[in-house]
Amino acid sequence: MGRTRAPLRDSLARSVEANSLVPRASLVGASPLTAIRRAVGRWGLIVALLALPIYYLVHDLVSGYPAFVNGHSVSVHDFTYIASNLVEGISNGAIWALIAIGYTLVYGIIELINFAHGDVFMIGSFTGAGFWVSIGLGLTTGPIGLLLGLLLTLIVCMVVCGSLNVLIERVAYRPLRNAPKLAPLITAVGFSFILQNIGLLWLGGSPAGVSDLVHENDTVFTISAVVIRRADVLAIGVTVPLVLLLTWFISRTRMGKAMRATAQDPEAARLMGINVNTTISLTFLLGGMLAGAAGLVYALYETTIWYFQGFEAGLIAFTAAVMGGIGNIRGAVLGGLIIGCIQQLSDARIGPQWTPAIVFGYLVMIMVLRPRGLLGEETREAG
Amino acid sequence: MSEAPTPGGPPIPGPDAAGGSASGADGRGGTSGGAGTPPPGGDGAVSATIVTSATGGWGELTKQLREWRRSIERRLPPWWTRALAALLIVIGLVAPFFFNQASNFMNKEIIALAYVVFALGLNVVVGFAGLLDLGYVAFFAIGSYCLGWFGSGFFFKANLHVLVSPYASSIPGIHLNFVMILFLAAALTAFSGAIIGLPTLRLRGDYIAIVTLAFGEIIRVFAINGTDIKIDGMPVTAGNIGISGTDPPYFGGTPFDQLHFRPWYWTIFVLVLITLFVNLRVRDSRLGRAWIALREDEVAAVSMGIPMVRTKLLAYSMGAAFGGLAGAFLGSYSTVINASEFQFGFSIFVLAMVIVGGLGSIWGAVLGALLLANINFYLIPDVLNPLPSELGLNFNLTDLQVSIFGFLLVMVMLLRPQGLLPERRRQMELEEGIGETEMMEPASG
Repeated sequence: MGRTRAPLRDSLARSVEANSLVPRASLVGASPLTAIRRAVGRWGLIVALLALPIYYLVHDLVSGYPAFVNGHSVSVHDFTYIASNLVEGISNGAIWALIAIGYTLVYGIIELINFAHGDVFMIGSFTGAGFWVSIGLGLTTGPIGLLLGLLLTLIVCMVVCGSLNVLIERVAYRPLRNAPKLAPLITAVGFSFILQNIGLLWLGGSPAGVSDLVHENDTVFTISAVVIRRADVLAIGVTVPLVLLLTWFISRTRMGKAMRATAQDPEAARLMGINVNTTISLTFLLGGMLAGAAGLVYALYETTIWYFQGFEAGLIAFTAAVMGGIGNIRGAVLGGLIIGCIQQLSDARIGPQWTPAIVFGYLVMIMVLRPRGLLGEETREAG
Repeated sequence: MSEAPTPGGPPIPGPDAAGGSASGADGRGGTSGGAGTPPPGGDGAVSATIVTSATGGWGELTKQLREWRRSIERRLPPWWTRALAALLIVIGLVAPFFFNQASNFMNKEIIALAYVVFALGLNVVVGFAGLLDLGYVAFFAIGSYCLGWFGSGFFFKANLHVLVSPYASSIPGIHLNFVMILFLAAALTAFSGAIIGLPTLRLRGDYIAIVTLAFGEIIRVFAINGTDIKIDGMPVTAGNIGISGTDPPYFGGTPFDQLHFRPWYWTIFVLVLITLFVNLRVRDSRLGRAWIALREDEVAAVSMGIPMVRTKLLAYSMGAAFGGLAGAFLGSYSTVINASEFQFGFSIFVLAMVIVGGLGSIWGAVLGALLLANINFYLIPDVLNPLPSELGLNFNLTDLQVSIFGFLLVMVMLLRPQGLLPERRRQMELEEGIGETEMMEPASG
């Protein structure tokens, strides 16, 4: 910000930049400084995102990592460790992606940070764990029974969380549709507290273990020594079809079109005969259903659940949604996967106690380098 | 300014706006828009719910009250506000003599007053400048650690004593006078506020929220893991164990301890007064108007010559400095500075105070802070929780205290979406919300 520039020109440049991907530098003229700025704007983000995996890849190849081979501690020089980090990161990130979509859908349509969303996800985990016990799923259930039982549990979780989300919208957000913008934020926080309290009364204040139904750590297959666990297959196997289904719903169906129209301009959508309230309820239903699915996958994946998980996951998922560009479904998925990978790398290499700082440090960096998120936002204000 | 227009959705000047300005023009005119509740009725598509109609009734009531108050105000001499302020200050100063100074109530009120300072600080950032800050806990942490570093035996290898009590002089560590620490804390938090503000300058609305949130979480992680970072063999923080034995303030022999709450009360009361004074003066200054201009329309404000960078960073710094003051006070008051205090929940709690009080309204922030802090720290744990057992019920209300608080938040916002004491002059702008810049101002009456 060293140069003096007319404020109007500055703001014009910003508004132009906001609407296109032309870097600001091209409007001002070329000089070594602007060339650097342009390079940072174009490549900085990619460099920043690749820095962590590439650093550890080189580190593994050059100095090796300790491993046990046939009971002996040796130093290994290959890709396996970093690849398994990334695989775990992607499967973990798939769960964040499911929750992040809920944030991004709701933000896209009513511009509200739905703080209660993480706690809806938590209720999904609790419902799933409670329901599979009540229909008799256990460690001894056969594969067919397990598959059908879990499918039923998934549907129950999705229905419960979807309805819960719709209910919250009806009670806490709809009456505030025309209130100051931050008022529904506070009712969202209020509902988040209420849901957390429900979770607290349900399973107590400390993490509770649930039975490891899918034997999550069993190997499904290996790709040149990189182990793909059942948990990874589960997370990807639930997330990918759901995301594809959602994208199809939003881009192809009539109701999806109504959702997109309402997100762009609720007033005009109403004039076109779209029932805005129903559409918003539908959005909350979809977001809640994905959160419910994520809740079940999380319970099977982590095998511990507790009332505070929703808060933590909500924070991460919201970060993912913003990182990808809020309102943008592909962005939310991408953001979720990236955050999952950063978390796994940091957990494995730097230390889990530093992970939140690393994730949020990355977020700040991405926001500085690309203020509208990785894939660009899709909200009313973005035009 | 007229009535708040268009109950049915984002403002499109239409029949509703016309109705709004018509009702605003009936003699009350200029300042009567304060109640800000949309006139009942609206477009068919947005169903009038029970709650909105309740808000309408509530709005009518407050409008009546405001009329009544205004008619009284007209008959009072012009110096009445100053007289009232002086009276309130005197009442505030002598109030602790009416309570047992070792009582739990005094203890909780002191904490509530510290939260008033927090809320006033956050109000500068969120209310005046319209920058949604979800990482306010960072300044609480930095202020508290400032006290821990410069007012306790934590840096045991150092030996520095400036104007401290005889006891503090006798133990190793850095011990500075409380007032000096306050200045240090304010300076350090103001600086870090500006640092945190820098990456948000190009961002809009809720992106600012997430970046500030990120900084709050980063500070928390550093507070917890500060034990791993060492300066000259001494850790930077004590993590979840906490820096204990912080110095109480020292003003020549006045006893500051858990049996004498009055000196603590006066200290924080003076801090609240200073904060209030600065807030009131700054709000009506050139800087305050610049903040509001930026909040309402950044592009227009910048093209009118408001320096965007400086104005925004000043808002962050100033809000942060108050957070640092209150943080340092609480660090001294609670005698332990524990990293587990610096949760995201704190930021949300203070934000709730500001919004429940009425965004951008100084007295609203004071009221919201006193109300929510009292509900959360005093009413629910100390008054409500023993109630079932006193009534002979075998029922533990402690289990429900989080949801009671949540329920109260929801109810307050549903009944008073604009806050308890909304800022009168800016009611209309607030109706549009933070960060929305492209809307046209509806016709004002």
